[in-house]
Amino acid sequence: MKPEQLNILKNIDKPALFIYLVLVFIGLANIYATEVDDAYKNILDFSQSYGKQILFIAAAFLTAAIILSIDIKFFTAFGYIIYIFFLLVLIAVLFFGTEVKATKAWFHIGNFAIQPSEFAKFATALALTKYISSLKGKTIRFGNKIKPFIIIAIPAILVMLQNDTGTTLVFSAFFLVLYREGYISGIILAFAAMAVLLFILTLLINEFIIIAGIAGLVILISVIIRKRKAEVLQLIVLGILLSVYVYSVDYVFENVLQHHQKERITILINDEVDMKGPGYNLNQSKIAIGSGGFLGQGFLQGTQTKFNFVPEQSTDFIFSTIGEEWGFVGSTVVILLFLIFITRIVLLAEKQRSAFSRIFGYCVASVLFFHFAVNTGMTIGLVPVIGIPLPFISYGGSSMIGFTILLFIFLKLDTKRLERF
Amino acid sequence: MTQINQQTNAYLNRKFIIIAIFLVTGLIFVARLFFLQVVDPSYKLSASKNILRYITDYPARGLIYDRNGELLVYNEPFYDLMVIPGQVRDIDTTEFCGLMGITRDFFDRRMKQAKEYSLYRGSVFVRQISKNSYAYIQEKLHKFPGFYVQPRTLRNYTYPVAAHTFGYVGEAGPGIINNNPYYKAGDYIGISGIEKHYEEQLRGEKGVRIKVVDVLSREIGSHQRGRFDTVPTAGKDLYTTLDINLQLYGERLMQNKIGSIVAIEPSTGEILALVSSPSYDPNLLVGRARTQIYRKLQRDTLNPIFNRALMAQYPPGSVFKVVNTLIGLQENVVQPGTRLSCPGYYSSRGITVRCRNHPSPIDLIESIKYSCNTYASILFRNVIEQDDFENIKESFTNWRNYLTSFGLGNVFDNDLPYALSGLIATSDYYDRIYGTNGWRSLTVLSLGIGQGELGTTPLQLANIAATIANRGYYITPHVVKAIGNPDSINTKYNEKNQTAVDKEHFNVMAEAMFQVVEEGTGRFSRIEDIEMAGKTGTVQNPHGENHSAFIAFAPKDDPKIAISVIIENSGYGATWAAPLASLMIEKYLTGEVNRKWFEQRIVEANFINPENQ
Repeated sequence: MKPEQLNILKNIDKPALFIYLVLVFIGLANIYATEVDDAYKNILDFSQSYGKQILFIAAAFLTAAIILSIDIKFFTAFGYIIYIFFLLVLIAVLFFGTEVKATKAWFHIGNFAIQPSEFAKFATALALTKYISSLKGKTIRFGNKIKPFIIIAIPAILVMLQNDTGTTLVFSAFFLVLYREGYISGIILAFAAMAVLLFILTLLINEFIIIAGIAGLVILISVIIRKRKAEVLQLIVLGILLSVYVYSVDYVFENVLQHHQKERITILINDEVDMKGPGYNLNQSKIAIGSGGFLGQGFLQGTQTKFNFVPEQSTDFIFSTIGEEWGFVGSTVVILLFLIFITRIVLLAEKQRSAFSRIFGYCVASVLFFHFAVNTGMTIGLVPVIGIPLPFISYGGSSMIGFTILLFIFLKLDTKRLERF
Repeated sequence: MTQINQQTNAYLNRKFIIIAIFLVTGLIFVARLFFLQVVDPSYKLSASKNILRYITDYPARGLIYDRNGELLVYNEPFYDLMVIPGQVRDIDTTEFCGLMGITRDFFDRRMKQAKEYSLYRGSVFVRQISKNSYAYIQEKLHKFPGFYVQPRTLRNYTYPVAAHTFGYVGEAGPGIINNNPYYKAGDYIGISGIEKHYEEQLRGEKGVRIKVVDVLSREIGSHQRGRFDTVPTAGKDLYTTLDINLQLYGERLMQNKIGSIVAIEPSTGEILALVSSPSYDPNLLVGRARTQIYRKLQRDTLNPIFNRALMAQYPPGSVFKVVNTLIGLQENVVQPGTRLSCPGYYSSRGITVRCRNHPSPIDLIESIKYSCNTYASILFRNVIEQDDFENIKESFTNWRNYLTSFGLGNVFDNDLPYALSGLIATSDYYDRIYGTNGWRSLTVLSLGIGQGELGTTPLQLANIAATIANRGYYITPHVVKAIGNPDSINTKYNEKNQTAVDKEHFNVMAEAMFQVVEEGTGRFSRIEDIEMAGKTGTVQNPHGENHSAFIAFAPKDDPKIAISVIIENSGYGATWAAPLASLMIEKYLTGEVNRKWFEQRIVEANFINPENQ
């Protein structure tokens, strides 16, 4: 076994491993900042969340070591079994779990609480990867096209029954994988993305400015491709359609959306809302980030952070601590780290010779990206308040271990890039 | 090239689009952060490290009035000196201690406690600073960063009476704070009496002001021009049914006695006076010293905190004969004209009940007038031994149902918390002791004269008097008539609770009770020009001197007041409870008492330390 383990350490992707460790460290430092109290400065105080986070990190490292040392066939061969096992656990939590803040997603064992939905992500990724890669070389029929959606939908529905909207939405991240593998066409993805983007923009900015922007873009692109007359025509039609859409957003918002859906969006647009509800969190988060300025207030110097003005700051709103104490420079560094990390994973995935490894790599990148985009977007008021953690940074054992498993299965697969199996 | 690679290549370009999505998202985020952190000043508090402070505006707690609009309970403002330990720096401790009038030791202790609670949240440092010292301290407070003043109010009582009815207000404990988001550490909540029952109406709604303060904890201004501030709503006032003059008089009469007085207006169920003696001054259970004094009161062997009017359970003694006789009439085992002879005792199969000397034979009205035990025993046996019932279990249950229709054995669903239900044994209880059907009417004979397995509270006894005054029904006795303004009548308590006995029998009983006072056991307490109806009782007390008991109502034909009086360890009902009740009635109906020597005798009586008399 020894030579093989050495081999793994030599073959493992160093940049990815390095960024992983940096993110974990940034997380721990910022959790310490949110919870630390001048009177109790001992980092190894296991009654405080930063002390517990150290335990979670240790557990995550142990898990990573185990994944790296066991035969990867365990994951490739037993993908469906692992998936079905976690589906059963998700069902069990509905009956035997405990309710925390109206969400029935937790098992309590002694002092620790486990959130099975955090593990359902990697299980779903394994099953989805196994199914799609098993179709390689076969003609994809209509039935085969539907099954991946079912694999994603079952755990998503079970999580929805736990009343955990945030984690349910995470499963939509797998659509990016389906897009890459050709199960969803680019036009659908583009339209969906464009629609969401314009919807939010319209509520933020005056619609006439956006229509002017669209017109400007259409003219610019038309000038560039002016020789292809047909395409210019198509572009103009598209521009007109988008303008009509933008104009209709206000109408949809006022007349079509349900009250609670509207509320989540109004919080984004306008903080003249119930200051005890999610709007309060968002406003406090924005004050914390805004007060960071360009260089930040410095480690352990953030007053909004220290005075506990931002609720749930060590979990879902950890980014506000980074924003306050490390300023624009620090938050940009964290965003860049995530971008490099996720892009690196995609590039590694594309290098894989086996379809399984490639698809799984996309699963990892998509899930991490979704969490990053929604969590960060939420704290800076670009995305509705949806409670999901920032990978490797937010406080919490289940998410830390869950993301670590997801990442290291891929890193392990990557070490075997040159082998065929 | 294999088929796999061709298939993959078909979508290979999509990786660029995916990476583009990542990068665009990142770009938007960075742009947004630049806007939030560098461009937009509205979220910036950074320059001088300003922080927000939440100051709670406590609403004024509702006031409490008596039935004639006299103010009984009001609020007095006071100020808590609060500290945020994390903001305390470089202060002159000696000067501070001098200003506050505290010792260095107190300062260190409080600071330690506050740090243990939280470095960044406010704790009470010095409780209840008076208005005068507040003005003085406020001027100098800027020298002591980390300290600020939180205004609150304290309860104040016009008269030192009715402590049990009002109850008291205290700091909400951890159990309440954890279960009810409205309450925060240091908040006050009604803990007993009507302060507890009407807590939600009395407390109002808190408001909050968000202030921006600098490092020296000086207020710079409102956060976002007060956009998120809320205004407190004052609590609602309570208009009680108490007559404060009667309450004061009752407490005066009950001095140096253990027991209680409950006076009710029969037509409305409104409680006019509720006295439990010994009592305490409600002004004692207020403010800084509350916990300490409460503990002291708890240790007092006479237990002044115990509300005897609602919680003491006595066998009713002869007072109970009015209920049993009404049941006998309704069951038709006896008629007003039924005459029985009394040899001075009642005896059957080895069981003897003694009676006192009185004329014989007597009819039903005379049996009440003289409180004849023989008549009561025969009547009770006839009720229990009726042929219509298959066994004693059924006939006993039938009898018991009458009692519950009088409100006995249950707690009234009213606005006085912590009342007890009293006790009426069930047939199952006797089955368990004597075996099924192993008991007879003779076994439970003592119930016929109000002794044995019976417990009634003074409130229940007063309600029996009110029921007879109303000739057959009662309205749930209560102490609050209106909430918010005097005209918004509390409609929760206006339903007539009918007893299972017909009105005609109550007319007989009212006449009998009138006779008790005119020329029977209660004649000593007769009031000139007032037609009072009553019934004496002497409660056997195995632990010492008997308890004196009396129920009454007046005037007989248009009752305005019904009353129960119990004086523990004082002897015969006719000697102490009846005179006291007659004074209360005289006071309430005429506004003053003419029988001064009579009054003086009661006021001076001392049954707590009899040798002081």
